[in-house]
Amino acid sequence: MIVATPKPVTELKNIIARHGKVLFVGCGTCVTVCLAGGEREVGIASYAVRMARKIDGKPVDLVQVTIERQCENEFIKDLAEPVSKAEAIVSFGCGVGVQTIAERFPNKPVYAGLNTQFMGTLEEQALWTEKCLGCGDCMLAQFGGICPITRCAKRMLNGPCGGSKEDRCEVSEDRPCAWQLIYQRLKNIHQLDRLDTIVPPKDWTTSWHASPRKILRPEHRV
Amino acid sequence: MSQSNQFEPEIIAFCCNYCAYAAADLAGSKRMQYPVNVRIIHSPCTGKIEMEHILAAFEKGIDGILVAGCLEGGCHFLEGNLRARKRTDRIREMLDEIGVGGERLKMVNLSAAMAPTFVQRVEEIVAEVRALGPNPLREKVGAL
Repeated sequence: MIVATPKPVTELKNIIARHGKVLFVGCGTCVTVCLAGGEREVGIASYAVRMARKIDGKPVDLVQVTIERQCENEFIKDLAEPVSKAEAIVSFGCGVGVQTIAERFPNKPVYAGLNTQFMGTLEEQALWTEKCLGCGDCMLAQFGGICPITRCAKRMLNGPCGGSKEDRCEVSEDRPCAWQLIYQRLKNIHQLDRLDTIVPPKDWTTSWHASPRKILRPEHRV
Repeated sequence: MSQSNQFEPEIIAFCCNYCAYAAADLAGSKRMQYPVNVRIIHSPCTGKIEMEHILAAFEKGIDGILVAGCLEGGCHFLEGNLRARKRTDRIREMLDEIGVGGERLKMVNLSAAMAPTFVQRVEEIVAEVRALGPNPLREKVGAL
């Protein structure tokens, strides 16, 4: 899922400083699961911002709505009525949600209420780790299902480097060496021979560096 | 405000059913006196007190909040009081950032038998909040 973190109250307050009536929109998908932008978090942010504005002597009228998914127009259309009554929108979705709402309502200011972080997994309660960079050309099959591009600090395709200590990355002792994990995993699944092949330099044109990516799949078009 | 000009804070005590509420009850049975500024809200566990409950009370102008739960390790639901501790710590940071002041929110751990501790903690928070003055939102509550 996409993992995000809430923006500080002061930043939120400053973002909407010029508006008197604002719509806070939560998203019921990834950011609800990562406890950043669901109905409850939007409620907490609303209390905080409302109080901060009152103390500043500039009270704000905040309306909260949480929709199922901000990254699809089908769900965003339900926002038309509350949006029409608001001066501005703060989206508590990921960056995709913010931009999708902005495109849908071109005449309303739309601001981000969260800092979108990464695609990751929930390791344990309230601990998320990054697992995928979305490079567009998945090589996990070669690495036993562990992505060195995401999880190795040097993004090495032919690791490990000389800096790892035992099974820890030299960047931080909290960080496991991705190449140690790859080795262990390949050993467990009896595929260590995959390490005999030198992996050539990766084609990065499918990644975000090239340009905003677009996918068109004719078989699903209507 | 009382008839004298001294500011009298309004304080909510969220009391866990298994400890603080019983301790407050025991304090009453023992005819112990504690300030009348405190209004008790009976809660099944401090772990049930959501962040929104505390923020809503401050927004409505309450001057201080005491969250009273079981001794650490003694929660009837195992770790409700530990969760409440983390939540109150987080809300305290938010209250500082908002400008209300995190020192208006306290958490205390006690057992059902600790009526004197309950009374003492209530007296402490009343004195501290009285010294802090009214919740800055109090006079602004009517606006929007």
